[in-house]
Amino acid sequence: MLSQIFLQHYWWIIISILASLLVFLMFVQGGQTLIYTLPQTNIQKTMIVNALGRKWEFTFTTLVTFGGAFFASFPLFYATSFGGAYWVWIAILFSFIIQAVAYEFRSKPNNVFGHKTFELFLFLNGSLGPFLIGVAVATFFTGAMFSLNNMNQVLWATHWYGLEALLNIRNLALGLAILFLVRVNGLLYLINTINDEALLKRSVKGLISNSIPFLIFFLFFIISLLLSNGFASDNGTGTMTVEKFKYLHNFIQMPVVMILFLAGVVGVLFGIGISVFRKSLTGIWYSGAGTMLAVFSLFLVAGFNGTSFYPSLFELQSSLTIKNASSSHFTLKTMMYVSFLIPFVIVYIWYAWKAINNDRITEEEMNSDEHKY
Amino acid sequence: MIDNIDLSLVDWSRAQFALTAIYHWLFVPLTLGLSFILAIMETIYVKTGNAEWKRITRFWMTLFGINFAIGIATGIILEFEFGTNWSNYSWFVGDIFGAPLAVEGILAFFLESTFVAVMFFGWNKVNKKFHLVSTWLVAIGANLSALWILVANAWMQHPVGMIFNPDTVRNEMVSFWAVLFNQVAVDKFLHTISSSFLLASMFVLGISAWYLIRKREEQLAKRSILIAGVFGLLSSLMVAYTGDQSARTVSKVQPVKFASMEALYEGKSNAGLMAFGLLKDSEKKIGDKTEWEFAFKIQIPGLLSVLTGGDRESYVQGIKDHINGNDKLGLISTPDKIKRGRYAMEILTSYKNASLNNDTAQISATKSIFKDKDFKDNYFRYFGYASINKPEDIIPDVPGSFYSFHMMVVLGFLLIIIFSVALYLLFKGTLSDNKWFLWVALLSIPLPYVASELGWLLTEIGRQPWIIQDMMTVNKAVSQIGTGTVITTFILFAVLFTGLLISEVSIMVKQINTGPKH
Ligand code: HDD
Ligand code: HEM
Ligand code: HEM
Repeated sequence: MLSQIFLQHYWWIIISILASLLVFLMFVQGGQTLIYTLPQTNIQKTMIVNALGRKWEFTFTTLVTFGGAFFASFPLFYATSFGGAYWVWIAILFSFIIQAVAYEFRSKPNNVFGHKTFELFLFLNGSLGPFLIGVAVATFFTGAMFSLNNMNQVLWATHWYGLEALLNIRNLALGLAILFLVRVNGLLYLINTINDEALLKRSVKGLISNSIPFLIFFLFFIISLLLSNGFASDNGTGTMTVEKFKYLHNFIQMPVVMILFLAGVVGVLFGIGISVFRKSLTGIWYSGAGTMLAVFSLFLVAGFNGTSFYPSLFELQSSLTIKNASSSHFTLKTMMYVSFLIPFVIVYIWYAWKAINNDRITEEEMNSDEHKY
Repeated sequence: MIDNIDLSLVDWSRAQFALTAIYHWLFVPLTLGLSFILAIMETIYVKTGNAEWKRITRFWMTLFGINFAIGIATGIILEFEFGTNWSNYSWFVGDIFGAPLAVEGILAFFLESTFVAVMFFGWNKVNKKFHLVSTWLVAIGANLSALWILVANAWMQHPVGMIFNPDTVRNEMVSFWAVLFNQVAVDKFLHTISSSFLLASMFVLGISAWYLIRKREEQLAKRSILIAGVFGLLSSLMVAYTGDQSARTVSKVQPVKFASMEALYEGKSNAGLMAFGLLKDSEKKIGDKTEWEFAFKIQIPGLLSVLTGGDRESYVQGIKDHINGNDKLGLISTPDKIKRGRYAMEILTSYKNASLNNDTAQISATKSIFKDKDFKDNYFRYFGYASINKPEDIIPDVPGSFYSFHMMVVLGFLLIIIFSVALYLLFKGTLSDNKWFLWVALLSIPLPYVASELGWLLTEIGRQPWIIQDMMTVNKAVSQIGTGTVITTFILFAVLFTGLLISEVSIMVKQINTGPKH
């Protein structure tokens, strides 16, 4: 018999994997922020847009699945956060709505608004999406302004409905760290996918100028996290208390998670390093794996070890944990069987990805009559 | 629950949901249907090796891509709107409703988005067979995603497979299969996909007719008409059949919706099927609601009784049977249901108070009531009625339900005729010269779109005031965010979606005008 505690942890792991996959795949968004500055010619821009355009749906679908899985496994979070921090989520969604049409419509004749508008859409999605997702995820650590009544209905305590999160410097730091991280990953992806000497040189240069702000914001966030209070829930009663250095304790009490986290950071740095110093084309794989490990372990720190993953700053006892926010035993179990299909999904995605990306993108291909954006 | 509900907040939230859903549904059915038409065309190409079929497939695929992108753009917002605008609902039913949405993401959307990339970009990269399989998988993936979202919607119309948990104040799933094989879900899925096949066939038929009018691309047009004609005729018959099945199921599980579809106030035996009718205000009232009557009607005597009950004598329930109750049929009146619902609510409140005060005796006493079969079947079943103020509030908008249903049915039969004529003329070989019919085909493209949107309007309007039939009213479901907030996002959505729609139509028209590549 599978215990409820086991299933709650299982589902938090699935959510964490989806989140880490999402942040990695947001290299597409990172790449989109570069379209004004990186290319020097039109054909270069076309190559960049097409290199990203063959992948945007994966990122998008991962976001959708992340939302669906969160709804199914921790519906109280879904209800509380989406229904309260309304503006943050709506802004994120808007940025993805405009992305979904931008690739297909950008270069088509008679698109009414002109290709510049759709490029702006790509840029807006590229910058706002990762930044705001970073801010929203930071509230898993810094908390939000809600309370729940005894019928579990949400009341939000500010009239800013989530925008207040932008006033917290730690939230901003994580948002910016994610933004620069996806730009770095975007550059590494383009280095890997496009066969063009001039573009390669400029991408490597860009790597350096984006890695520095990434490191600054990231370190700031991590150090403040280790020093900050966290909300702990009592194992038996579920009563919430404030615990000093909660996240530091989590890292120490879960050494495996700490190792994963450090391995992740090393992976990202290694990926950047070999691309800058050894002219390697494969940095994206190291940096991508590193990104996934780091995000994955941060999510575990947020939710495991009796930690509240969505603390309420307004009413401590309303804070959400993987215990009090989850679905019923039956639903978690049924959904677990469904999740066994995920490896199969990953295999066919991998297969299809390889089939399409076998050859690097070249100028000739862009001038042929293949389907392109 | 929350007592002072701001009605304008509810109305704006509904308007926003309706707006985004209606926009989404402008694009979804074409994706569902055209993906199969592409797969069929490409199969012929691979089987015959005839390059012309490849050209035909690629032409329709371009149009598919344009429509597909905007379908996705409008879809993501719907998924998250359950959380943003209906958060109380999301908690109350998340344990059940969330599951199909998650399965949809894992099983259907990934299938679709992965192989759509192969379908668009793989022509020269993968071999013919792999490409063909990808095209089929896109079609299957799209239709699978429809399945899961419709399972979720069907559950709201007819909640099954769950029990209520007073500790968490929500419904919890006890049978996944009951949710999946809900009769409403089965009907809804079959009716929705067949109507979408029909819509896509009309789209292909209409555009091909335009080429014939212009005397351009005649081979492409005729071959496309052959595929679309056969597929469309079969689908249109299936639409009528599954629509009839849906109506039967509605008459069982949502009898008030059914009575409103027929504007039937007084129940009766030997009830006639309304073929055509116009409603007018009768100046009679039920509570403060207008009772509509027919200003004009054409009826087929007895047929409604035959269709729903099997013979002319069978009784068809009217709206008043459900307001006032009907002893002979064993229907209890709405005021009685309200009493029972309020009783269930009182038990829940006293349970909550007992847990707050840690009154263990009271906790176990009330908790055992929730397990009691009589309480479940005769009281808790009407839980949602606790928040109904006046009996007449359970009547949905009757003209809205009546007209949307009847127009959909008329359009359905009209489409059967159009496809039959198209195939007849094609086989007779006189289609290209029949200007008159070609124009009819072109101008009929909007008809299935109208029918399809009307279908959803019927489903959703007829369900009011419930968000979950008999369990939760729409008023109770809404997120407590300011009305101003929702008005702002409503306007933002309206402007953005309208802009994107204009752009999409303009691109589409241009692509059709340019025609396929040579
Ligand atoms: C999975 C659930 C679901 C699905 C598949 C749909 N809807 Fe719906 N619809 C709702 C769930 C819902 C809802 C959340 O339950 C709403 C919001 C308020 C309400 O009464 O129901 C709603 C309201 C609502 C309204 C307003 C009704 C009224 O206020 O009287 C309209 C017109 C539609 N929808 C139309 C559609 C269309 C065109 C759909 C096709 C895509 C659609 N719905 C699919
Ligand atoms: C209100 C309920 C609905 C929700 C929450 C919803 C959700 C979504 C989402 C999130 C997408 C984007 C998917 C992607 O990432 O690719 C989408 C697109 C789509 N949806 Fe809906 N949808 C709803 C109604 C429907 C209905 C009723 C159907 C079919 C019967 C349907 C079928 C599709 C299809 C075919 C697409 C096209 C693009 C794609 O799947 O990628 N949807 N929907
Ligand atoms: C030929 C006669 C038709 C009949 C008897 C019929 C019957 C019905 C009924 C009773 C419903 C409501 C189901 C519910 O509330 O659960 C419905 C819904 C619907 N109809 Fe039809 N219909 C017909 C034709 C069409 C046509 C031609 C289209 C579009 C091309 C269409 C598209 C829809 C859609 C999209 C829905 C909403 C989904 C659903 O609830 O199944 N129908 N139809």
